[in-house]
Amino acid sequence: MFSILDTALDPAQLRCALKDDGAGAFASFEGRVRNVNDGRSVLSLDYEAYTPLAEKEGERILAEARAKFPILSAACAQRTGALAPGDLAVWVGVTAAHRSAAFDACRYVIDELKKRVPVWKREHYADGSSGWVNSATGEPRA
Amino acid sequence: MNLRIQYFAVLREQRGLAEERLSTGAKTAAELYAELRERHGFTLPGEYLRAAVNEEFVPWSAALRDGDAVAFLPPVAGG
Repeated sequence: MFSILDTALDPAQLRCALKDDGAGAFASFEGRVRNVNDGRSVLSLDYEAYTPLAEKEGERILAEARAKFPILSAACAQRTGALAPGDLAVWVGVTAAHRSAAFDACRYVIDELKKRVPVWKREHYADGSSGWVNSATGEPRA
Repeated sequence: MNLRIQYFAVLREQRGLAEERLSTGAKTAAELYAELRERHGFTLPGEYLRAAVNEEFVPWSAALRDGDAVAFLPPVAGG
């Protein structure tokens, strides 16, 4: 299950959905807001999403992970709204019979999410300025 | 042809609104973005964006139909 949420992510609760007595491994990734980016001090971040398409693309990534790796289940949640340094911005969890597939699938999900899911963030800096991450310097897609 | 346009992130800010309805002669997503970019001075060239119609990614050559909901998606930065 892939969710876009505008409230605090709770890893304990998210993990509950992945309970499986056949799982010998559970791997998770937590992406947190950093207080510095490109050498600039970051005070806060505003995340926004094109939610219907973000959830569709996110579900496709989870389905790809299940097809590519021998895992039992995978889930992911992405925050939107105003976040502060230390806040949890994204959570990925994967269960598998064995650890290798759990680690690999977890990595796959977060890497693809960052490339494909329509979510954007605006950073607010200590000097009072702000900017959209990637929107000034992103590489052309074509 | 009447369309609904949704704007996100830097495009939403440059347009000053999140959504609008407009009448256009643009036949494809690429023609529509070119028209909107000229009208509103969007800084991002089309090569930096992806197009979406009715909540699904589409190629720039996708033909638009009356009533479509169109969005142009800036480079993503989730996670």
